[in-house]
Amino acid sequence: MVKKEMIAMLLAGGQGSRLGVLTQKVAKPAVSFGGKYRIIDFPLSNCINSGVDTVGVLTQYQPLRLNAHIGIGIPWDLDRNVGGVTILPPYEKSKGSDWYTGTANAIYQNLEYMESYNPEYVLILSGDHIYKMDYEVMLEYHKANNADITIAAMPVPLEEASRFGILIADDTNRITEFEEKPANPRSNLASMGIYIFSWPVLKEALVSLSEEPGCDFGKHVIPYCHERGKRIFAYEYNGYWKDVGTLGSYWEANMELIDIIPEFNLYEEYWKIYTKSDRIPPQYIAPGASVHRCIIGEGSEIYGETVNSVIGSGVIIEKGAVVRDSIVMQDTVIGADAKIEKAIIAENVKVGAGVRIGFADYAPSKYDPKVYQFDLATIGEHSVIPDGVEIGKNTAISGVTVPEDYPDGKLESGGYIVKAGGAA
Amino acid sequence: MRAIGIVLAGGNSKRMRELSRKRAIAAMPIAGSFRSVDFALSNMSNSHIQSVAVLTQYNSRSLNEHLSSSKWWDFGRKQGGLYVFTPTITAEHSDWYRGTADALYQNLEFLKRSHEPYVVIAAGDGVYKLDYNKVLEYHIEKKADITIVCKDMPADVDVTRFGMVKTNQDGRITDFEEKPMVADSNTISCGIYVIRRRQLIELIERCAADDRYDFVQDILVRYKNLKRIYAYRLESYWSNIASVDSYYQTNMDFLKPEVRNYFFKEYPDIYSRVDDLPPAKYNPGAAIKNSLVSSGCILNGTVENSILFKKVYIGNNCVIKNSIILNDVYIGDNTVIENCIVESRDTIRANTTYIGQPDDVKIVIEKNERYTI
Repeated sequence: MVKKEMIAMLLAGGQGSRLGVLTQKVAKPAVSFGGKYRIIDFPLSNCINSGVDTVGVLTQYQPLRLNAHIGIGIPWDLDRNVGGVTILPPYEKSKGSDWYTGTANAIYQNLEYMESYNPEYVLILSGDHIYKMDYEVMLEYHKANNADITIAAMPVPLEEASRFGILIADDTNRITEFEEKPANPRSNLASMGIYIFSWPVLKEALVSLSEEPGCDFGKHVIPYCHERGKRIFAYEYNGYWKDVGTLGSYWEANMELIDIIPEFNLYEEYWKIYTKSDRIPPQYIAPGASVHRCIIGEGSEIYGETVNSVIGSGVIIEKGAVVRDSIVMQDTVIGADAKIEKAIIAENVKVGAGVRIGFADYAPSKYDPKVYQFDLATIGEHSVIPDGVEIGKNTAISGVTVPEDYPDGKLESGGYIVKAGGAA
Repeated sequence: MRAIGIVLAGGNSKRMRELSRKRAIAAMPIAGSFRSVDFALSNMSNSHIQSVAVLTQYNSRSLNEHLSSSKWWDFGRKQGGLYVFTPTITAEHSDWYRGTADALYQNLEFLKRSHEPYVVIAAGDGVYKLDYNKVLEYHIEKKADITIVCKDMPADVDVTRFGMVKTNQDGRITDFEEKPMVADSNTISCGIYVIRRRQLIELIERCAADDRYDFVQDILVRYKNLKRIYAYRLESYWSNIASVDSYYQTNMDFLKPEVRNYFFKEYPDIYSRVDDLPPAKYNPGAAIKNSLVSSGCILNGTVENSILFKKVYIGNNCVIKNSIILNDVYIGDNTVIENCIVESRDTIRANTTYIGQPDDVKIVIEKNERYTI
């Protein structure tokens, strides 16, 4: 008989629309992070490092990159005879076929997958957080409390608490009340969207709420269980945890990695982060190059200057180019003498020679001021930027652009060029 | 492909000096992220050879660790696979491999049980890319008994450390001399052979019956007039690492753009074991020029014309020039290293100086306590 004490369900279907053109063609969990990783590597590595070897990855939005990255799970040692990683996309049923309409609905649609492992506990994770956590310790806490649900929670500054789902707990950490994004928070314990459910409790709730439109853990499942007097506990976590949901927080989390002793340390021996490495060769730093405060991935070649930047693998930074305070993802080429400041440049982009990015006065985005702010220039994957153009702050570019797209050779701050259907 | 592969990886060389103390040559780290056996294995994988045996003997722990999973070279198949054969005690014999031919003889069952008509035998110490199918086509076209991959070396290279061959117009080998005292040809054997499987079994059995053990001396040299032995000329980059000098030079070759592009960027790729190390980190004070840097390195000092292998730590104010720093080396602050090869897992204390000469590279082995945070 097949039996796994705890299996994980990893929600990786979201678009992450606040990452703008970065997620135009890829799901947020598949976006590159930290030079050689993708965001989903963090929860997947946490799983295997915690001894959770059965992981269902729920995909929906633009899954190609995610599927190719995960494959059969070899980089995470999740290629198993029993268990391992399974990609779970929405599927057609004899009646009532539906997309995943909410986080809990997605899990509900995969009841059979979970049942096939006879789990005692189910760990619900989301694929868009950067952190290291030992789920085994959390499970022990769950068992010690004889809990039905354990929610990982971290203290946040009270002034920021109104952005989160807030948990109010008694002195045994049992949760007495929830507040979703409260105006006047009564606690600073924010839910991290990581749950351990005892399997019968989860199953009963999902089945009872199966008709709920857009069934969501925070909005429906947890309140439903709470109303029925289930034992719900908060598991306090005090390590590094970052929701990289906005361009600003994504940029910031990357930049934190280049601190001398980063708060989030990738160099620890005993909690490695695994990823699918497409490249093996070392990186080459040319005689005239200058690299100052950077992390750089495999196989990149630096002929120019990079300062305070996170450079992915297979990147070429040509002679005379200066890249500062920026994120450059894998296989991108920065042309000779280009000057780049505060930009996020996605994978496989060609930046022409002499291009200037980020040197202009502030202006709010005309495309979507909620997404494109923080003074960042954001360039989607497979984009092409012609030689010699100037690009301002809070800009967005996606697709193969030509000189005609830049009146007077410029894209003013706040401007955008997003070609239909995105990049080829 | 219609061939099985055999990688001869048992060897050791005194000319590797202290570097051979802890590993076989086939396990020597190359070009920052590779081991020398990766080249032969990747070539076999890229030539669609499915069944490969690696024969190991000398100090094979490091090599076995590297070969602990066959998935990196895509040999993790139901059809075929990667086999590592070390000498074993059997009812018939209880000897070490007494030579390359003996190593093949002791694993004759592998040859006999295969069904592919040809065998590709490659040394584990060569750095090159080669589609063995091309050699096989040539072998068949020439109706050869044995084909040896050869290379014409530049006139200024001392070829007396290689097997030297002479060929006629057709490419047939007329003379073969192993490590000649005086060289009168600049064509050398790369230690890569194609031979029909049944022919190989027959030659190896006859060799063993005569108590002969060496593939080169007792088969190639002995049969050079009797069998049709042909030379396949390799035009592309090839280097082998039988001495400290050639090891140093081969690594330094990767600082040349043409060599780097050929191996790192052009099709097909060379594969190696993936170590899951984070990206290299350049802290304030790092000044790197014309160097290769591998994953997991943390740099705080000056590095010029050097190769840093995986997980090297360079302290503040260090100056590293013209050197090779092998895997997992910690170099304390204010250390100066020039023209050296620093052995893997070394811990070098702060304020140390090691200076070698360009024509006499120094090998640094220093084991100190390392305190990790």
